[in-house]
Amino acid sequence: MEEQRSGLARGGLTAEEIAKRITERFPTGVSITSAKPYRIYSKVDSDSLLKLCHFIKDELDFEHVSCLGGVDWLAENKMQTVYHITSYANRVTMEMVVDLPRDKPEVDSITPLWGGANWHERETYDMFGIIFKGHPRLERILNPEGTEVFPFRKDYVTGRRV
Amino acid sequence: MDLRLAPNAIAMSAKEFIAWSSSVMEQLLRASGGKKAVDKISAPIWSWALRNANYPLHFGVACCALEMAAASAPRFDAERLGMIYRSSPRQTDVLLVNGWVTAKLRPDLRRLYEQMAEPKWVVAMGECAISGGPWYDSHNTVQGVDTFIPVDVYIPGCPPRPEAMIDGFMKLHKKIHKEMKGTFLED
Repeated sequence: MEEQRSGLARGGLTAEEIAKRITERFPTGVSITSAKPYRIYSKVDSDSLLKLCHFIKDELDFEHVSCLGGVDWLAENKMQTVYHITSYANRVTMEMVVDLPRDKPEVDSITPLWGGANWHERETYDMFGIIFKGHPRLERILNPEGTEVFPFRKDYVTGRRV
Repeated sequence: MDLRLAPNAIAMSAKEFIAWSSSVMEQLLRASGGKKAVDKISAPIWSWALRNANYPLHFGVACCALEMAAASAPRFDAERLGMIYRSSPRQTDVLLVNGWVTAKLRPDLRRLYEQMAEPKWVVAMGECAISGGPWYDSHNTVQGVDTFIPVDVYIPGCPPRPEAMIDGFMKLHKKIHKEMKGTFLED
């Protein structure tokens, strides 16, 4: 029953097989934390993110960006971008966490691969100030043009307007 | 123009004739008391018509828009009081702001207000439209619609119930009635 539902019966790959193929292809730069029936959790270096995304899109049928966002870890002096990319064929969602230095938060854009990431990356830039290299139009989206702060950063003081 | 100049009436330019004839009508209305009679008839009719057909702009900003929807649904049926929602600002009389106004929305809302034809009124519905509400100190919230648009009626509540919204519009009816927009001839 579990095998039928996890996509094996439909001709797809299971999460364990996908995890195995990724570790074979990327011995360094990608570390898979855990692979459950519908989920793969991984930590990715910012250099190998774009290569990994090309690999999972072209060879492992990941078609859809479910979500994309940022996290600010002020105490640890780092930022993260978190990607959830889903494969309909394999019925697996893959979570990728990329650590970035807080003083230079730059990461490759995945908008050329999946157009659905376009506004998500703009919003992450708008709120956290994370630069997505190669994005076609990296402008503010929710805050008006001319805003000088990045409001979701933890060192932004809420309520100072009053 | 003075009526004593009437001997010239046979040879007048068009401009002179318009000035002369309007002066005749004005003075005739004044002298006969017809002026007050006209205002007494026209002002209540205009005010009645404006009150009973105040079309709000169908522009739902936030969660108070659900109360707006509930108010126009069969249970409360705001349409019987003349509130028919129109989707173009050119066809509306009332700008009903129901929700927080973000800094990004602010210029567009101002533009919608300016696109509406006179006479027009503004109703601020809910805490957010009045003062910013729970997000009054947020980085992107404008603290009340009245910071950039003149507001006629405030409806407090978070969100106000449809009865409260209809009551607010009844207040607006009273205000419109007091304004007497149909008074054309001033004393």
